[in-house]
Amino acid sequence: MIEIKFFPKVGVFAENKDIARDIRINELIPPLERGESLTLNFENVTNATQSFIHALISDLIRKFGIEVLDRVFFKSCSENVQKIIKIVVDYMQE
Amino acid sequence: MVNPVFLDDMKIHLPNSAFLGNIDTFIRSFDSSAPTSLNITANDKWISVHPVVLSLIASLGLTIKPENIICQPLMAKSRHYFERMGLFRLLGISSGIQVVAHESAGRFIPLTQINNSGQLTNFIIEMVPLLHLEPSQADPIKYIVSELVRNVFEHSGSKYGAILCAQYYAKSNSIRIGIADAGVGIKRTINQSWPAKTDLEAIKLALIPGITGTTRKEGGTEQNAGAGLFFIKSIAKVNRDFFMVYSGNAMYKLLKTESSKQVRLYANPDKDKHSENEGLPRWQGTVVGVDINLDHKSEFSALLDQIRKAYAEGVKERKRARYKEAKFI
Repeated sequence: MIEIKFFPKVGVFAENKDIARDIRINELIPPLERGESLTLNFENVTNATQSFIHALISDLIRKFGIEVLDRVFFKSCSENVQKIIKIVVDYMQE
Repeated sequence: MVNPVFLDDMKIHLPNSAFLGNIDTFIRSFDSSAPTSLNITANDKWISVHPVVLSLIASLGLTIKPENIICQPLMAKSRHYFERMGLFRLLGISSGIQVVAHESAGRFIPLTQINNSGQLTNFIIEMVPLLHLEPSQADPIKYIVSELVRNVFEHSGSKYGAILCAQYYAKSNSIRIGIADAGVGIKRTINQSWPAKTDLEAIKLALIPGITGTTRKEGGTEQNAGAGLFFIKSIAKVNRDFFMVYSGNAMYKLLKTESSKQVRLYANPDKDKHSENEGLPRWQGTVVGVDINLDHKSEFSALLDQIRKAYAEGVKERKRARYKEAKFI
């Protein structure tokens, strides 16, 4: 299981979509294509924008199907980050 | 020194008062007919304006050579405010106003031009101490600034980036924020994917979660969901505050929800208590103003619950509207 820590990359407020895109392309998609599982560790990230989370995970759901959530795990999320992730996952399934 | 006189220049008058509640009068008085020169006049007694007015003027001024900007010497007692907010610095003209160094700076973010993603990230870190915000108060402000400025980068096509400023008002215990760009405007962006006939129609489409100019696909593209403005309108609504978007010749303004009424979020901006104006002087780009009252203690996480519900309802409504029955003849 590969673990990606967000705090060193984005600080306490995850809002930079360019960083989200780079992480998605370089660190999330390749292991998922190899059939591996991922842990996205949001420890110390207190907040995130919907745009950041969208840029991070919406394309994973589109590319690999909603079943990708059986292989992507969200760790140590604050209440706000959890809720933003739920919003994005919700509308990507509609 | 004799100032040049331009007979058919754009005209902006800084009024006695222009806040989101009464900003319509200020916008109607703005003459945008000749975009090569700008003439700024002002009320002689007192000028008190929302940061969005400063962002608008600065954004406009950046598109004009400083030698083609005429600003009448400000006589109002509050004239120092405009120097402190950096209006003349950004316009590239001298105000002749001396600011005494030990004057209280208050809680404000002076006019700032942000041109790229890295600058924005640094700005968000630096702005919280400038406004003396507690972490719980800072969350919605950081959110608003990030989403609005990124909208400018991604959709406006403006070569001048985003212009913003903000001010804390002790009397109302609120932060007022104004962000402007001199880009292509909302209609042109939305029209890449949606057939909005008017500026107002385009603004309202842009306020619906899931609608973006980059695609017609539900859920957006991998980089754009089309939910940024909806989130910001929702933050303002939950706080019972004003929020306005001005682009092209139209303005949509979310009005305050009375304290006696329960706040309910809607995906459809027509369902919100609002005012709308068309036929305004044309603003080529987009201007957004928002007030955030710090008295309202609604937690950001509770707001996210409401947004999730309204977002889901909005998507379902759109699906129902697209649903077609088989016709048996």
